[in-house]
Amino acid sequence: MRKMLNVLYVTNPEAYLVKDGENLVVRIQDQEAFRTPIHYLEGIVTFGYMGASPALLGMCVEKGVTVSFLTASGKHQATVHGSPKGNVLLRRKQYRLADSDHDSAQIASMFIIGKLANCRTVLRRFISDYGEKVDAAQVVNVSKILARNVLRVNKEIHLDEVRGIEGESAREYFSVLNHLIVAQKEYFYIQGRNRRPPLDNFNALLSFLYSLLLHEARAALETVGLDPYVGFLHRDRPGRVGLALDLMEEFRPYMADRLALSLINRRQVTGDGFIKKESGGVVMKDTARKAVIEAWQKRKREEITHPFLNKKIPAGLLPYAQALLLARHLRGDLDRYPPFVWK
Amino acid sequence: MMVLVTYDVSTTTEAGKKRLRHVAKQCVNYGQRVQNSVFECLLDPAQFAALKNKLEGIINKDEDSLRYYFLGSNWKRRVEHVGARQTFDPEGTIIV
Repeated sequence: MRKMLNVLYVTNPEAYLVKDGENLVVRIQDQEAFRTPIHYLEGIVTFGYMGASPALLGMCVEKGVTVSFLTASGKHQATVHGSPKGNVLLRRKQYRLADSDHDSAQIASMFIIGKLANCRTVLRRFISDYGEKVDAAQVVNVSKILARNVLRVNKEIHLDEVRGIEGESAREYFSVLNHLIVAQKEYFYIQGRNRRPPLDNFNALLSFLYSLLLHEARAALETVGLDPYVGFLHRDRPGRVGLALDLMEEFRPYMADRLALSLINRRQVTGDGFIKKESGGVVMKDTARKAVIEAWQKRKREEITHPFLNKKIPAGLLPYAQALLLARHLRGDLDRYPPFVWK
Repeated sequence: MMVLVTYDVSTTTEAGKKRLRHVAKQCVNYGQRVQNSVFECLLDPAQFAALKNKLEGIINKDEDSLRYYFLGSNWKRRVEHVGARQTFDPEGTIIV
């Protein structure tokens, strides 16, 4: 298994990234603010309107470091990576399977099984931790629906049915997430999932975490030589990283939703970390964003036993492990893609 | 693994000064400068071999010296820092 390297997050709006020898140097107002050998990093994520010198980007491409540029609110703008590597035969296989509705449905349903099972674990953990203190009847109910839906997806079904069940399950799941917020209820209250722009604090937090996760999913797919743009569940659309979105599904509950809930419940982010814009959209303040990134990086370092590989790995390598398994399935070495199911 | 690299390069001659610059430059490429001629480098064995090879190609073994201290992967509890010159933890969260 690959070694998990670090990701540098640049949130200072005046930072400019340059290369010096084999080092990455962050300059703020022409002063050197940070320096690291490039081999310490596997990714760079920047927020806001900054730049990086072409020489630096060249070095990152050569060393396989993915550089993502996000807006201040965390929306993805661009990613710089080298020419596509890896196995062209593997990618061809991916395109062929994506062209076939039947094969797409098979793979897509595995992503969704992973997602639903993990959503259910989020709910189940809540029930066992808090079930006696609050009225959890609704949560129990949704958990049962999700369990039923896993079985419904787990059959030979059409792609549209997979999407239908996914949408229905997501609605049910988000409808009870409010119960899982046990602190700061006055600041964090959601009515379903919304985005572009997110309309409440909780959705803003989720969107931000999802964009961090997307960066990782995409980098993981590129590392194993798959094309992140051609998905099975998410169909092709210019500029949309369909397969990265597919791969992300099974990690949303485990890596993002659960983290969002514990950040709120432990008051690591508070209501004053968010600003409501005139347009109705909600954005996160710099302080809140830093707290989230810190918690995110910490969570990535937590060790977890991978259910299929039966091996202890840091949580941050999960997307990579799943990308590897997906590549093996596409090659025909594995009969089915085994989604990551959190116990 | 974490390797602490320290060096002493004789600067009495022009050639010595040149060697010092070159050694320092290679060390910067592979690790974090924690004091003037002391570097903490987080390396895998291949990277260490490459660094060692480069440094030993630069120095003059009659006048200069290099020392490597191997702190392993559990290096954090073996290092304590006091005073000026802040360092960063290459395995920690890096936000600028």
